[in-house]
Amino acid sequence: MRGIHEGNVTNEGTNRRENGQSTTAGRFEPAGYHTVGDEHGRTIVVLTGPWTLRGINGRANTLSQELEKYARNDGKVVWDCREVESLDNFGALILWRLQGFTRGNAIEARPEHAALCERWAQRNTPPENTRSPRVRPLAALSSIARAAQSHLTGFTTLVGQFVLDVLHLARHGEDIPWKDISATIYEAGVRALGITALVGALVGIVMSYLSSLELRTFGAPSYIVNVLGLSIMRELGPLLAAILVAGRSGSAMAAEFGVMRLTEELDALAAMGISRTVRLVLPKIVALAVALPLLVVWTDAIALFGGMVAAHITLGIGMRGFVYALPSAVPVVNFVLGIVKGAVFGTIIALVACHFGLRIEPNTRSLGIETTNAVVTGITAVIFVDAMFAIGFRGIGLP
Amino acid sequence: MTGDAIIEMEHIVTRFGRQVVHEDISLTVSRSEILGLVGGSGSGKTTLVREMIGLDQPSEGRVSLFGERLDQIGAEAIAALRNRCGVLFQGGALFSAFTVFENIAFPLQEYRAIEPALIRDLVYMKLAQVGLGPEVATYLPAELSGGMTKRAALARALALEPEVLFLDEPTSGLDPVTAQAFVQHLQSLHRELKFTAVVITHDLDLMRDLCTGLAILADHHIVAKGTAAEVATSSHPFVHAMFSGVRGQRAFGTMAS
Repeated sequence: MRGIHEGNVTNEGTNRRENGQSTTAGRFEPAGYHTVGDEHGRTIVVLTGPWTLRGINGRANTLSQELEKYARNDGKVVWDCREVESLDNFGALILWRLQGFTRGNAIEARPEHAALCERWAQRNTPPENTRSPRVRPLAALSSIARAAQSHLTGFTTLVGQFVLDVLHLARHGEDIPWKDISATIYEAGVRALGITALVGALVGIVMSYLSSLELRTFGAPSYIVNVLGLSIMRELGPLLAAILVAGRSGSAMAAEFGVMRLTEELDALAAMGISRTVRLVLPKIVALAVALPLLVVWTDAIALFGGMVAAHITLGIGMRGFVYALPSAVPVVNFVLGIVKGAVFGTIIALVACHFGLRIEPNTRSLGIETTNAVVTGITAVIFVDAMFAIGFRGIGLP
Repeated sequence: MTGDAIIEMEHIVTRFGRQVVHEDISLTVSRSEILGLVGGSGSGKTTLVREMIGLDQPSEGRVSLFGERLDQIGAEAIAALRNRCGVLFQGGALFSAFTVFENIAFPLQEYRAIEPALIRDLVYMKLAQVGLGPEVATYLPAELSGGMTKRAALARALALEPEVLFLDEPTSGLDPVTAQAFVQHLQSLHRELKFTAVVITHDLDLMRDLCTGLAILADHHIVAKGTAAEVATSSHPFVHAMFSGVRGQRAFGTMAS
């Protein structure tokens, strides 16, 4: 290979150097090449600069295309890699992808660089799976059916285990997780007082303003007490409280299970011989069944207060008169029904949150999906059950 | 700036509230050096490394990476410097929602200067480099064993051909055979790629086999720095206990005595 530099130097492509000498210090020179003819009529491709990820920096396609014409196996091209400053896997990949580069075209390279190219020759990239997935309606249907079945079994198991746990705790009172129950009541109940009050008051005011317009045209402003009392105590109070709690606590409970799965805390608990249904699931169900009815009373009171103030402003109904008229206008059974609904909604929200929480797989994507499912399914289930209540109790407490 | 210093830390002081972690630490890591950062639990090794990459700022002192002062260049320039670094976090820190393939391809895709067609080849190359078979590519991180997680995380750390590699306890939690194989892999990679590395470790065998230099962090200071033989002569109680203990004797022979 002696004497190759004495041939005609032709600078090509992106290489801007005056001669073939590689620079060692100073300005950053990108990866490049130039070609030289030798006395045997062969073309010598001299690669220069850093053939690395940063040295090539986005010019991989350009360089590959330019060099492709030299990648022949006819003995007329010789590759000289001795002036390559540094070579990494990326640079080696670009060279290796050139057809014929490794097929004996007298590559001159430093031993450490040759080792890298050798690596690529032995590489093992499995063929890409290019088959586009065919849409098979029957398979899709069966997968939906399987998912439904798995949810049904999971939920039934959860409810069954809850009943068994309750029976167990009835006999072993010392095992009742009082602390967990009380902590969940504080977390899901006490800390929700602010938001339920705000939303309750606003809805009460809106209801009052809208109804007062209608009632004034009918000339029956005093019926505002009936309208507000019935709708808030029977429907809106329980539903508002339940939806807010499903959003707040349902997501928190599902995420808690998910993170405990991610960090293997669920396994740690099992390894200590502690039942996760007794210590994690049961306290949540009991706590929401207790806290939500209390929140319903609170939401009812605040919403009625908001409505009362609005009625006083728009219709001039005295607040004292409003309060006195309430018991006779709305049968007390509506209030009781609202509280019962609260307990049922609380149980449903906790069960749904635990169901989806325990299905979370140990990765962040699943955590997000199942937490969303817990909230959406919780709210949907609450509204669904509310509709069943409305149908089932249609003859009770209504004028 | 000297041409060969990759990381320079000068008079670093780190405080968390009233708690002092580092007191006047100066440290230089040269090109192609593998520096073992050794110290007791809670001595601030990880914090020191985080300061080297600019993830944390020291309370006082200067940090230079590739000759650039981290406190003087903007966030964009720091991000560009970090592209030249690879970090292997203690727990692997693989993205749990991505497969191993997607984890390794992620930094390559984000780099944007790489043609998508090349990424596949590069990912499988990285996998082979850390000793994982191509079948591992489709696994999720949760399905990997501890050793496989470390290897996959190393493959991701190596994805952008880093000039500097930060390894946080690379062999902790591995069985001795896997740990030995992991160290040998790192050795051969170092021969091939000539990267600079900072390794946080408690593993005496790793210090002996992989590190070209050691820095011992104790009592808020670097109490000894140099080759294992030089460090072993230190009279500091922590260093003495480490090298002349039963395990130290086994790994380093009677060097300390």
